[in-house]
Amino acid sequence: MENSKIVIKTENLTKIYGEGEVAVRAINNVDLTIKAGEFTALVGPSGSGKTTLLNMIGGLDAPTSGKVWIDKVDISTLSNNRLIDFRLHNIGFVFQAYNLIPVLTAKENIEFIMLLQKRPKAERQQRVLALLKEVGLSDKKDSRPDALSGGQQQRVAVARALASKPKFILADEPTANLDSKTAGKLLDTMAALNHEEGITFIFSTHDQRVIERAHRVITLVDGAIAKDELIEYPSDHAQPETA
Amino acid sequence: MLLKLAWRNIWRNKRRTLITMASIVFAVILCVLMDALKKGFLDEMKKNMVGFYTGYVQVQQADYWDEKTLDNSFLFQDSLPQLIARNRSVTGITPRVESFTLAASEEYAKGAMIIGIDPLKEEMVTQLSEKIHQGSYLEATDKAVLIGEGLADYLKLGVGDTMVVLGQGYHGVSATAKYPIKGLIKFGTPDLNKGMIYLPLKESQQLFGMDNRLTSFVLQLKDIDKAEIVQTQIAADLSKEYRALHWKTMLPELDSFIDGETRENVVFQIVLYLLIAFGIFGTILMMTLERQREFGILVSVGMQKFRLTAMVILENSMIALFGALMGTLLSVPVVFYFNQFPIHVTGQLAKAYENFNLQPIFYFSLAPEIFYNQGLIVLAVAMVLSLYPIFKIARLQPVAAMRS
Ligand SMILES: Nc1ncnc2c1ncn2[C@@H]1O[C@H](COP(=O)(O)OP(=O)(O)OP(=O)(O)O)[C@@H](O)[C@H]1O
Ligand SMILES: [Mg+2]
Repeated sequence: MENSKIVIKTENLTKIYGEGEVAVRAINNVDLTIKAGEFTALVGPSGSGKTTLLNMIGGLDAPTSGKVWIDKVDISTLSNNRLIDFRLHNIGFVFQAYNLIPVLTAKENIEFIMLLQKRPKAERQQRVLALLKEVGLSDKKDSRPDALSGGQQQRVAVARALASKPKFILADEPTANLDSKTAGKLLDTMAALNHEEGITFIFSTHDQRVIERAHRVITLVDGAIAKDELIEYPSDHAQPETA
Repeated sequence: MLLKLAWRNIWRNKRRTLITMASIVFAVILCVLMDALKKGFLDEMKKNMVGFYTGYVQVQQADYWDEKTLDNSFLFQDSLPQLIARNRSVTGITPRVESFTLAASEEYAKGAMIIGIDPLKEEMVTQLSEKIHQGSYLEATDKAVLIGEGLADYLKLGVGDTMVVLGQGYHGVSATAKYPIKGLIKFGTPDLNKGMIYLPLKESQQLFGMDNRLTSFVLQLKDIDKAEIVQTQIAADLSKEYRALHWKTMLPELDSFIDGETRENVVFQIVLYLLIAFGIFGTILMMTLERQREFGILVSVGMQKFRLTAMVILENSMIALFGALMGTLLSVPVVFYFNQFPIHVTGQLAKAYENFNLQPIFYFSLAPEIFYNQGLIVLAVAMVLSLYPIFKIARLQPVAAMRS
């Protein structure tokens, strides 16, 4: 199951907001490599550049200098529209909150991504049900987001991010709006997907209990990588300890 | 899929959608009402002046228009109405003798226009009998007159009283006679009301000593908007002795008044559309700003902007289309009501209208083009405004949009 294929690589990645006196170096010369199958937490104090780094890796924000390769594609070479399609087919996103389309049910939200990808109907239907099962929400398939709890919404968001069969999933503080028990459940779901399906996750977090679940913890300070540690695989990481 | 999304998005914020729709509905109704009022007012004025008096096209002796004396009348020959009737746009022809005279009772006197008419033919062209307020309509052999109500008031005469006319006939003969008043006519315009006397044609020819002579033929047209075309066609057929005139030549003040009003109306309507546009824009602006985050997420996860744009266009056009349709449909009964029961102005305002030779009544036109024109214009305004979210989406930066 160990896979050493590099899916993300950054080189001298730098993002400067503003100019002159007020310029902020949000990300400063970051070289980072993420391999397939990793379960990486991005940590660091508020303002250290976690969101900025994830946004640049996800092609949502353009670097001031430096490069991002996703699976050997230099994404700075893509036009805006190509980049949107690139995201659709290669990257799964889970945001802090309000991820879902409010007028679509859980099932439709997941299917929406595959519709954008123009997947055949039979495949969509089958995959939606499989994904809902994986995130443990089969019984909520016809609920709209406003009828789901925050944790359930985030699990649907993870299922949606997976729907496109992306190379990896970026999650910027996916647990920030959840209580720690619910956060634990979400992490269980993500860890199980990582362990059983080999899905690559990079998530930023402040939550110590979430950090504990990661296999690799990258600490950012003032836009630079201060620490990058590999953690021993906990033998029972797929077992929900908080449930 | 986009359609489903758009449809559900519309009903997500029911209140906002209903407010937007309502503002479009009221905009359409308001525009239709204003336009119907203006058109109704101008049509009525045209009908009163042109329809009941001059007609849309006349044929006269060539010099009559420039010098309106009975000496410039022409001898009636069957061939002339036959020639005119060959034009397919002409649906009726009525002969007239017109001359200015003095009308008098025992105590009062006033200048007035005597019009000799063929009662049957005149009725076909101008429906004169419908304007009779008291008494009855003329017979061809009557030696009696119909006079305007205003004139009767001035002379203090009523139906059955005798009126004296004093004037000059053909080649200077004196034309004086006494006639019983058979009926009173109420015209839409005060000018006509105070200055018209109708007499059977034979009797008028007798009075003016101009046997078998006429001053004009008044033509009835199938389509009054084609007066100028018909005038040109008929003029081409006529010999040099005769001249055809359309109402714009005969009533130049009315023509320029209608022109001026129409132009003023355009300015007024543009102002109205601007006000409406701001109202609708308010809700569109709110909608766009409120949904920045949602749009940002959709683009982030891989929805192309053209799809997002299509979705927003669908949403806006459904709202605008439905609003415009509802507005148009609802405005029909409203305008119909006012068409049936015109608003009568009273008091000072009525006086002011009379002074301007206008009827103090607001008529509403039911012309179908008003409804769909206004409906379409408001729809277009709403659609142009939905360019704003499209513009916002085109410039949307997902990261910035999600921050908001
Ligand atoms: N659009 C922007 N304009 C100006 N400065 C910005 C912008 N976005 C981020 N910054 C600055 O860049 C730095 C890094 O911000 P970033 O949001 O990446 O931090 P973070 O680690 O995600 O913080 P948090 O834990 O609070 O989410 C901060 O100093 C922030 O103020
Ligand atoms: Mg952040």
